[in-house]
Amino acid sequence: MDTQQDRLPAVRARGIGKAFGEVVALDGVDLDLPAGQVHGLVGPNGAGKTTLLGLLLGLAVPDAGSLEILGVPLQRTLALPDGVAGFVDGPGLYPSLTARQNLAALAALRGEGKDDVAGALDRVGLTDVADDRVRGFSLGMRQRLGLAAALLTRPRLLVLDEPANGLDPAGTRHVHRVLTAVAAEGTAVVLSSHRMDDLAALCSEVTILATGRVVFSGPVAKLATEIGELDYRLLTSDAVRARTVAASVPGLRLLPDDELLQRQDANALLVRGGTAAMDELVAGLVRAGVAVRELAPVVAPLEAAFLALTEPAPTR
Amino acid sequence: MTAATITAPAPAPVAASRPAPARRTYRFELVKLLAQWRIRLLLLACWLGPAGFVAVVSKQSSLPSDTVFGRWMGQSGWAGSLVVLSFCCSWVLPFLTSLVAGDVFAVEDRLGTWRHLLVAVRSPRRIFLAKAAASLTVIGALVAGLAASGIVGGLAAAGNRTLVGLDGQSMAPGSAAGAVLLAWAVALAPTLTFAAVGLLGSVALGRSPMGLLAPAVLGLLLQLAQMLPMPAVVRAALPSFAFLSWRGLFTESVQGRTVVVGILVSLAWAAVAAGLAYWIFVRRNFTDVAYDGAGRRLVLQVGAPLAAVLALGVGVVAVATPAAGSGIDRPKLETSLAAAYAHLYRLQAHELNRPDVTERALRTGATCDKGGSLVDDTGAGNDWRCVVTWHIPGATATGSAIYQLDVTADGRYVADGDGPQSVNGFFQVRTPTGDAPNPLWQFDGDVDLLSATVKG
Repeated sequence: MDTQQDRLPAVRARGIGKAFGEVVALDGVDLDLPAGQVHGLVGPNGAGKTTLLGLLLGLAVPDAGSLEILGVPLQRTLALPDGVAGFVDGPGLYPSLTARQNLAALAALRGEGKDDVAGALDRVGLTDVADDRVRGFSLGMRQRLGLAAALLTRPRLLVLDEPANGLDPAGTRHVHRVLTAVAAEGTAVVLSSHRMDDLAALCSEVTILATGRVVFSGPVAKLATEIGELDYRLLTSDAVRARTVAASVPGLRLLPDDELLQRQDANALLVRGGTAAMDELVAGLVRAGVAVRELAPVVAPLEAAFLALTEPAPTR
Repeated sequence: MTAATITAPAPAPVAASRPAPARRTYRFELVKLLAQWRIRLLLLACWLGPAGFVAVVSKQSSLPSDTVFGRWMGQSGWAGSLVVLSFCCSWVLPFLTSLVAGDVFAVEDRLGTWRHLLVAVRSPRRIFLAKAAASLTVIGALVAGLAASGIVGGLAAAGNRTLVGLDGQSMAPGSAAGAVLLAWAVALAPTLTFAAVGLLGSVALGRSPMGLLAPAVLGLLLQLAQMLPMPAVVRAALPSFAFLSWRGLFTESVQGRTVVVGILVSLAWAAVAAGLAYWIFVRRNFTDVAYDGAGRRLVLQVGAPLAAVLALGVGVVAVATPAAGSGIDRPKLETSLAAAYAHLYRLQAHELNRPDVTERALRTGATCDKGGSLVDDTGAGNDWRCVVTWHIPGATATGSAIYQLDVTADGRYVADGDGPQSVNGFFQVRTPTGDAPNPLWQFDGDVDLLSATVKG
């Protein structure tokens, strides 16, 4: 049943600021996170991601602005409503306990049943190692156990700091599946990551932070279009004719041969332009009888957008 | 017809959730502590080690006579536990508190689990109390193990027999058992102090090894301090005084005031140290990833209150007790030595199967001198020389025996017989059932540092 609480935004932040002494960690940050959404938080080191996640977990209160978590204004440290779980700076596990003991202790602490422990372990694929001590776990296994610990309380807001850190591709896919399923059940998920492919695959919206400010917030698709021009690697059957065709396409620039690209394939060209220019280029190549073997962005659109938005402008 | 207005109820505000219940938080902390192999090993060692040690040593011909009650380990099962207690008060208890309380907060810094714990419990105050209670529970279990194990080992090896007290008096097994249990209970007070210092070090110094070692370092410093000559009121205001004052339970006239002062002083230190730890902990900024201890400014914040406790303690002890100077003087030693000698003479007579004699009939007296006429007859030192005199039963003659006394600054002394040979010249006496230790050859005594000087 669609309850009133489900319709409340999981997070509503307006103009929040946080400083540690002289260092401004967050400056006028707005964030809206509806239920059932997976929201990515991205930014270079020191951008304020961990501080923002810490605020969402109630570990501190903002110095300025207002922050509502599941409809409850956060007015003092740790005064969170039920239904918030997650981790920052690692999953927070006790190595001398087994995976099952870690979760059971946590479940007992929060008054959850032991049945949930088995379910949570199963959900993250750790049933086989449930009775192994966490001391021997890989980083990826710890991340998954941390996720299981967060899921134990059936959260309505799940806050995760680098949940795919240390995971192999199979583990990453597993975690993605879990998070997608959790979101489908109505849980709002906010996660930080340095891996753009993770965010592109998982998040419907992202917020990019740079030096404590929001430089972009919105759908991932919109972010890709915001960037405008991208660098593409072009591999054809005839590099000389392809170069001639590319030079004639309006809005397209041929970039100097990149040594790295040349090493991969001497016939590769590097071109820069928007989506329309790329369409024109492909049409031109086809007309000229040049086979297109590859036309792909050198940097993924999301990553390119991230770099464009967060890298400091070059000094003149 | 009237129109009814129906107003939709306003959405009920969702309240902030309550912190995890205290009992569950305590259990969570206890589970974490008991899962550590180090703690399990300590528990095993404390519950088994003393029994083995006492059982083996009690059967040796050479007993640890440098430790109080050590020379009686072969005679009474209760002495073994007291030897364990003496040793624990010197080194073991500060070390145990280091390993348990000294790490209980720092371990979360090392593992990076603070944020996780705070989100789960949602109350720094409750976390502090749970951690303190859990570490005290474990320390209590360790101390209980040490006490029980020592007693069991002693009783198994030497039997439930009469214990010779520090005034040479015989303590019946029942009264010895009560005194031994009480002595362990007294030692809990300074253990609590060391645990509180451990919590303080763990909170204030984070991952720094100094936090973990704080109780052990404090224990070492206090050991050194107790060896130094200092006024008795200062000695009594130190948190480790109760580690020594329990001996007052084993004198003929129990040194009640000294024992109580030791306990109260320890509890005052414990309260202040725990209060400081709490104060620092609840003010910590847990979003600061780079936090690694509260830094140098805390030296003042912590040092000043602890110095104030010491100063206040000295003042209160000075007002509340008649203690003066080092607390060791000639009249006290003479009284103690004479009493001990009378009791032990009677014990020797019993061993030798001579007619029983009462202490009163012996009318024992002692005359002591420290270092000749140029030295004041006060304070610790191994240059005390005493002559004990007594009335030989059934004769008009007066007997005399010489003793060299090695008096330590904490009030304990060892009286070493220096003749005549027939009385205290040999460490064994020949009894009808075989050779037995000569109680007058060498014996321990204890003067009450906080009592008034006995008027000669």
